[in-house]
Amino acid sequence: MRRERLKKMAVWKFASCDGCQLSLLDCEDELLTLAGKIKIAHFIEASRAVMRGPYDLSLVEGSITTPDDAERIKEVRRESRTLITIGACATSGGIQALRNFADVREFTSIVYARPEYIHTLAQSTGIADHVKVDFELRGCPINKRQLLEVILAFLKGRRPNIASESVCVECKARGNICIAVAKGVACMGPVTQAGCGAICPAYDRGCYGCFGPKEHANVNSLRADWSEQKGLSPLAMERLFHTFHAWAEPFRQAGLAAKQDLTPEIQRIEAECE
Amino acid sequence: MATLSADIGVTYRMRAGDLGALFSTLHAANFLTIGPRLSGEAIILEELNGPEDLPVGWGDEQEAGRYRLRRRADQAFFGYNLGPESWKKFLTPQRQLLWRARRQGATFTIEQPERLGGGPQQLAFIGVRACELAAIRVQERVREVSGQPANDLIDAKCRVATPFLVGVTCAQSAATCFCTSMGTGPALGPPGSSGVGYDLALTEFPSEDDHHFTIEARSERGADIASHIPRQLATEEECDAVRQQSDTTAALMRRHLKLDKPAQLFQDSLEHPHWDEVASRCLSCANCTLVCPTCFCTNIEDTSDLSGDVAERWLRWDSCFHLDFSYLHGGSVRQTTRSRYRQWLTHKLGTWHEQFGSSGCVGCGRCIAWCPVGIDLTVELEALTLSPEVTGVQTGKYEHP
Repeated sequence: MRRERLKKMAVWKFASCDGCQLSLLDCEDELLTLAGKIKIAHFIEASRAVMRGPYDLSLVEGSITTPDDAERIKEVRRESRTLITIGACATSGGIQALRNFADVREFTSIVYARPEYIHTLAQSTGIADHVKVDFELRGCPINKRQLLEVILAFLKGRRPNIASESVCVECKARGNICIAVAKGVACMGPVTQAGCGAICPAYDRGCYGCFGPKEHANVNSLRADWSEQKGLSPLAMERLFHTFHAWAEPFRQAGLAAKQDLTPEIQRIEAECE
Repeated sequence: MATLSADIGVTYRMRAGDLGALFSTLHAANFLTIGPRLSGEAIILEELNGPEDLPVGWGDEQEAGRYRLRRRADQAFFGYNLGPESWKKFLTPQRQLLWRARRQGATFTIEQPERLGGGPQQLAFIGVRACELAAIRVQERVREVSGQPANDLIDAKCRVATPFLVGVTCAQSAATCFCTSMGTGPALGPPGSSGVGYDLALTEFPSEDDHHFTIEARSERGADIASHIPRQLATEEECDAVRQQSDTTAALMRRHLKLDKPAQLFQDSLEHPHWDEVASRCLSCANCTLVCPTCFCTNIEDTSDLSGDVAERWLRWDSCFHLDFSYLHGGSVRQTTRSRYRQWLTHKLGTWHEQFGSSGCVGCGRCIAWCPVGIDLTVELEALTLSPEVTGVQTGKYEHP
């Protein structure tokens, strides 16, 4: 009897902190079993021994920020039967997408001694803006249970059990008391996709939205509530929306709207400084 | 212990200091006692060892989208209003394992989880309010009528044996309560009047020098338990005080839900512009359905483990506010928040009558208090009763549910 060929998996890094691919190494108890189910063919963070493509599954971490990477992702796509992105950077450009709201040339001129050597794009964008993506796994970083579930579902050819519902569902499952209602905390949970297990609210912190906008994220309603009921300043609101998923459309817009409300505040501060 | 038999339907007086006897008697009868307990910023339902675990001296203040604990002036055991959790936490838990399949060579075996509450210990719920008795009955009716969950396996394995229910009269209402509108409270009616049959009825009278309860058995097993609790026959005045307490609570109720002909109203208002207005505020986060004591929708989740040898089937709460909830072949039927809110409200207050013979709402007000943006169904309903012509709505503009 011929042995079934193991499927080949590759892990790729673009502009990112490596935290998401580290989640794969973090699967300490499951990693050996996993390695017996799928051939880890290209995973530079774990081993310099790499196998050539094509690959059955590619996990892509990071955002596209340079002209070289914009080409390299196309190459990765060509070599991959299934392409799954992992993490906030790959989904919507990550924290580095904050550059999208400013002039990146100003940054390079301040940071680098020879800015003319820096070849960078004006914007940091998610992978789906460049190539077709088969599935996006959210999070900053991703949740390792969800990562295993996605790989497992891929191996079995079934749909992964990754819900698109709000973090609120996980708060209730965990027995967290809603801190927005019971403490008046500005929490992004109602507009953020579940997956983290509602970690922050469990420690009495409002959700930071690191899993990105849930489907139908009604950011305007939440913003109105923060402003009217919780007395949140436009600056605080802008920061909440413009952090991990600043370039994800609903959060991008909500942050910009908050910034607009901020203009008088900035003008006042500037006037005081003069 | 010497016992004096207690009669069903007779009101007795019990000193507050003897509340511990209720717990110890239930424990001796092999019940696990579950009830209200202070936890962080709210009162939740958990296992209790005795009266000392009750939220003694704590109350709360509630409004749309707002809940705050407040110290009371007295040492009342049950001086709080409903918290975020309802008894469905135990009756239909958020996640339940239905079965586990294990591969063994070329075949496989199926393991079934132990029936909850059907083991050596039965559950006793302490402090069930009138609206919650009604809610437990509503969920029972849903199962009776729909056979939901449809799977026999689910039914046999996941429903808990009927818990021992200790009802408590509401001595006050939260600003979010409207049980009088729904005919479910605040008085603990005779068993079966509006709610599920229950076992004991308590009414608390907190005061510094004469803190006491009245206790009344409402079932055979309730009488059995009561017979072990030190008590004396209540005087006529004390019996009147029970009635007066719930009458006062009813009279002070601030929210009301007016709905005479639900079927007609919703039929006439399917294209009402107010659905858009409420959708502009609704976060579709599902908090209302999670805290609702009657919302029963579930989804099935199949999982497999890394070895490929073990597969599990889980039943988990779902919500009509989720996009995936209405997923049929080709996509989700209810794409917009407007259609999802409309589905929830028209089902809860309208079509529930046709489907299950009652309203799906018991007036507990949890969905009002625990909505992060304070959407209030009593207010939304009022807006829907206003003529849509006033705002010149175009019909046929939206997709149908």
